[in-house]
Amino acid sequence: MAQWIARAADSDIWWSFKSSATTVIAAAVTLLIIVVAFLSPVLAPHTPFDPSSLSLSDGLKPPVFVGDDGDWSFPLGTDDQGRDVLSSIMYGTRLSLEVGFASVVVAMLLGITLGLFSGYFGGAVDSVIMRIADVQLTFPAILVALLIDGIVRGILTSQRHDEIAVFVIVGAIGLSFWVQYARTVRGSVLVEKNKEYVQAARVIGLSPVLIMFRHVLPNVTGPVLVIATINLGLAIITEATLSFLGVGLPSTQPSLGTLIRLGNELLQSGEWWITLFPSITLAALVLAVNLLGDWLRDALNPKLR
Amino acid sequence: MATNNPPLLEVRNLRVEFPTRRGTLIAVDNVSFEISPGEVLGVVGESGAGKSLTGNAIIGLLEPPGRIAAGEIRLEGRRIDTLPYEEMRKVRGARIGAIFQDPLTSLNPLYSVGRQLVETIQTHKQLSATAARARALELLKEVGIPGAEHRIDHYPHQFSGGMRQRVVIALALCADPRLIVADEPTTALDVSIQAQIIALLKRLCREHKTAVMLVTHDMGVIAETADRVAVMYAGRIAEIGPVRDVIKHAQHPYTKGLMGSIPHLGERGERLTQIDGSMPRLTEIPRGCAFNPRCTFRGERCLVDRPELMAAGASRAACWLHDARGVGAPVAKEPANA
Amino acid sequence: MPEFVRIDGLKRYFDVSPPWLVRKLENRPRQIVQAVDGVDITIAKGETFSLVGESGCGKSTVARLVVGLYPPTAGTIAFDGHDMAQRRKGSETSALRRRLQMIFQDPYASLNPRWRVFDIIAEPIRAFGLARDKADLRKQVEDLLRQVRLTPADGAKFPHEFSGGQRQRISIARALASRPEFLVCDEPTSALDVSVQAQILNLMMDLQRRLQLTYLFISHNLAVVYHISTRVGVMYLGRVVEQAPTETLFRRPKHPYTRMLLDTIPDLEMTGRQRMPVGGEVPSPINPPSGCTFHPRCPFANERCKIERPKALPIEGGSVACHGIEEGRIPVEERRYEKAS
Repeated sequence: MAQWIARAADSDIWWSFKSSATTVIAAAVTLLIIVVAFLSPVLAPHTPFDPSSLSLSDGLKPPVFVGDDGDWSFPLGTDDQGRDVLSSIMYGTRLSLEVGFASVVVAMLLGITLGLFSGYFGGAVDSVIMRIADVQLTFPAILVALLIDGIVRGILTSQRHDEIAVFVIVGAIGLSFWVQYARTVRGSVLVEKNKEYVQAARVIGLSPVLIMFRHVLPNVTGPVLVIATINLGLAIITEATLSFLGVGLPSTQPSLGTLIRLGNELLQSGEWWITLFPSITLAALVLAVNLLGDWLRDALNPKLR
Repeated sequence: MATNNPPLLEVRNLRVEFPTRRGTLIAVDNVSFEISPGEVLGVVGESGAGKSLTGNAIIGLLEPPGRIAAGEIRLEGRRIDTLPYEEMRKVRGARIGAIFQDPLTSLNPLYSVGRQLVETIQTHKQLSATAARARALELLKEVGIPGAEHRIDHYPHQFSGGMRQRVVIALALCADPRLIVADEPTTALDVSIQAQIIALLKRLCREHKTAVMLVTHDMGVIAETADRVAVMYAGRIAEIGPVRDVIKHAQHPYTKGLMGSIPHLGERGERLTQIDGSMPRLTEIPRGCAFNPRCTFRGERCLVDRPELMAAGASRAACWLHDARGVGAPVAKEPANA
Repeated sequence: MPEFVRIDGLKRYFDVSPPWLVRKLENRPRQIVQAVDGVDITIAKGETFSLVGESGCGKSTVARLVVGLYPPTAGTIAFDGHDMAQRRKGSETSALRRRLQMIFQDPYASLNPRWRVFDIIAEPIRAFGLARDKADLRKQVEDLLRQVRLTPADGAKFPHEFSGGQRQRISIARALASRPEFLVCDEPTSALDVSVQAQILNLMMDLQRRLQLTYLFISHNLAVVYHISTRVGVMYLGRVVEQAPTETLFRRPKHPYTRMLLDTIPDLEMTGRQRMPVGGEVPSPINPPSGCTFHPRCPFANERCKIERPKALPIEGGSVACHGIEEGRIPVEERRYEKAS
């Protein structure tokens, strides 16, 4: 273990990380948001979505640092139902992150598998997979997600839909993002499969599936990791957009997007804090994740070093 | 080759460094040599010996973060290593021509070869468009491109590898340079094409009295082409002298090993002389003589003192064997599998 | 000599045509590269048979056909009496594969950068189930590392920690891991520096003697080929134009192309021998010249050479495919080489 740490501390990646202040700050912000969000049951002052703990008399309190109506038990104010905005943000961020990670994993698994098969076998397999990818690319990802969500709504009752809303949205975002992984992996596989170490494995007579997963896959992970990081930000934004449009997560299970939508309705009447603070959190999270992704892309590209 | 002429190119104590986060790597260390007008100097060595970097330093095309850290380079008496980039660019076109291993990197794929030749000619010479084109055609004919009249309007991808390298040579000759730095000009080519390009280079420098610094890993090319040869090892010149002497009577143990390790026609199925081990990485160049861990003749002095070039037969070699005090008490070579 | 590997009428064509739609729209024909166009070779047990030629002559394709990386378009490859193309049970195929292995050209691409050296060398042993248990596997890998003059401790390292020559040793250890009898070596030293090349060639000759290996050696370097081979085949545009025992081929070359190739060997003895640089370049294998494919570059070519493809005729323990030699039009030539001083 100590050996591992020593090796990591000596690596070029760590060195390039340390020497970029932006990246260090971005990593710190990301880490902070993730830790706070996942510890929200412990850290949050209230449990905003337990109806029994809410009192309408706490409704629409402004943040403590604005005017005199503030209350220190609700530092960022409350919404019209008397829910603590800070606690809502913490729980909402957790949900946003969960949806983001899960949909990236879905997209990645799907994309990597299809990309590997497409690149390694070529021919008709390749043509079919890549033409599907081409067609999908002609629709914006958000439209694909809307479509998938719409189909599921058409099949299920609205109550049933709300129960599995998280899975629907993860599936919808995952299905709309796999193309990038598939194309990248396919490209890398086309390069790797002609290298002599793959030929050496073929001379031994290993099966193509074994060669793909044991030899080729470990050598195409670099670019996949970069896309995954950048896609995490995109997935969170997509979820927020869907939720903002009202087709994402229901208000009983609000993510950052849902919070922004709910607050947006009260913006006209002057309760700006209900929508502003979730928006700031969302922007900070996505910006930090994207900066990390940009750095990772450069750090893994030997040509730029 | 008259030795009392002032040298065309003079390199003194050249040192090329690469600053890295683990400290500065010295890739070329204390290299000095001269090239006389019309002379062909071969610079030979294995990969990582610093031969290409030396060539790049002379034409002012060291890739950053590499930099000239010490020493000086003079062309016709004028210092060129300190020139600003724009000035150096003019020198590079007009006085020094460059030929690289991969002809595609020297040619713009979007312009016809004729247009590239005409542009280069007009940058360096006051010629009208028609005169420049006539000159371009003449050059293409000179480097042996069949059907030059219509090939002049073709694009680089329409030429084969050997023909492309001929075009690059024509391009290098545009401004009648005094010196051509050729970095592995034949390595990417097939053996039969290699022989053609070598013959062409030899003929051209004879006819134009152009000096050539020929950087290559191939002793065969050197033997066929060069007047003198410098053998480089781990960033330094191990031996320099007339090509015949270096090849037939190598003075440095490294050169001897190198010559022995080339398979000869005439002996078959026997073990080749081999130099055990490999050239040290720049991060781990040993103290004393850089070659000492692989050397069968090494003595105590070789582990501590770094030899500079000294007279050795008809050549000069950086080896204590040729010093009056010798190498000191013998030390066994390091085990073979390092 | 008992024949160990026999290649008969081997052909491999590659379709490099543009896609169907483009072809139809732009009315372009199919384009077929005749990479290997009728090769007959026999290799005896324990010998080194070399194929030489310029890039694009098909020598590497022959190597890949022999180890089964490509299926042949036509022709047969028989290994120790077994036709490699014949369908047989998985275990029998595996038993045959174990006996022939390959060494590759590029020591930087032939080892998986993410694998430790131990696992790279152990892979064939595992794949063919040649180790009784873990301890046996470890012992076998360590023996292999020692055999190629590396140390057992090197097994724990990754390929990038080694120099080019050391990597080629690892590659050789991997090829030896399944205890093969026949090694196909595709330009194993052409990416290496000369002093390292000498180490690898010496190692390969030592191993051949010790393990009674048979080599098919692919190279463009005639001096290396002269040094290591028992017999040599010269390839030009997918065909073997001449094959002969090494001394015969180098001292009494018959085919004009062989002579031209021998003329390109640089003269390290500084004898001042004038080399005759040959004009022309290798034509594209998509539209090879008619008749004898060498005729556009051949100083002895006549009308027959332009029309009729020459057959390989036996001569002096080898064979040559040349009308000029058959008709006695081309004078026999003797070449001498001095020993190095």
